[in-house]
Amino acid sequence: MKINEMASILNAEIITDFSDENTDIMYGFASDLMSDVLAFATSDSILITGLNNHQVIRTAEMLDITTVIFVRGKKPGKEIVDLAVENKLTILATDYTMFKTCGLLVINGMKGIEGND
Amino acid sequence: MTENFLKRYSFNIVANDFINAGKASSAIKGNLKSMGINAHIVRRIAIISYEAEINIVIHSIGGQLHCDLYHDKIVITSTDVGPGINDIEMAMTEGFSTAPESVRELGFGAGMGLPNMKKYSDDFKITSGSKGTEIVITIFL
Repeated sequence: MKINEMASILNAEIITDFSDENTDIMYGFASDLMSDVLAFATSDSILITGLNNHQVIRTAEMLDITTVIFVRGKKPGKEIVDLAVENKLTILATDYTMFKTCGLLVINGMKGIEGND
Repeated sequence: MTENFLKRYSFNIVANDFINAGKASSAIKGNLKSMGINAHIVRRIAIISYEAEINIVIHSIGGQLHCDLYHDKIVITSTDVGPGINDIEMAMTEGFSTAPESVRELGFGAGMGLPNMKKYSDDFKITSGSKGTEIVITIFL
């Protein structure tokens, strides 16, 4: 799934965009617990979270995750956006809840990470 | 240190500094990546190092993180000054955590730190006493 498609489905604001024509993400992982993200998420998945702090960006960085979607109307502040830019991380922000965000992405073809590593 | 030893990266980790937590692991990751080390191995080391760094920030009054590079392996050593771990066996159980609510609100303290470190390592050693904790993790190249 392309970034623009995700943004359109989620009525999301694209805060940073480092995607290119080859960016096509098929898997998603959703959690507010970064330790769970570190335990289970894969580098080819997007991270969907309602947590809004530096450690979201750091966690994505460690895992080579390229795209983060902030849900529930969470908008990252300047310092967090700067850190994302430093790490060439694409960030989207939607007002939708985590449940609705995941549901819409799945309906439109995105998959969970189970059995994918 | 053996004759295989190539280089050491060391970082001081400050307790309760959640803004800068992850900087050391980011630097370790960047250095290993620029050396051309396999991306999958770099990712494993980054996760281990980051969990160790976060643990120092949450549970200790400060510590150090070292990354020792050898020809055939990478060793991450985390040493901290603090209360130590009362029951290591319990601490190694997924989901067991002594982290306060304030830390959980930041997205950590889910009780996955030590199990994660072990999961991604080839060798995992932990010692803890009333003055602090030392974790030594090896990943073979």
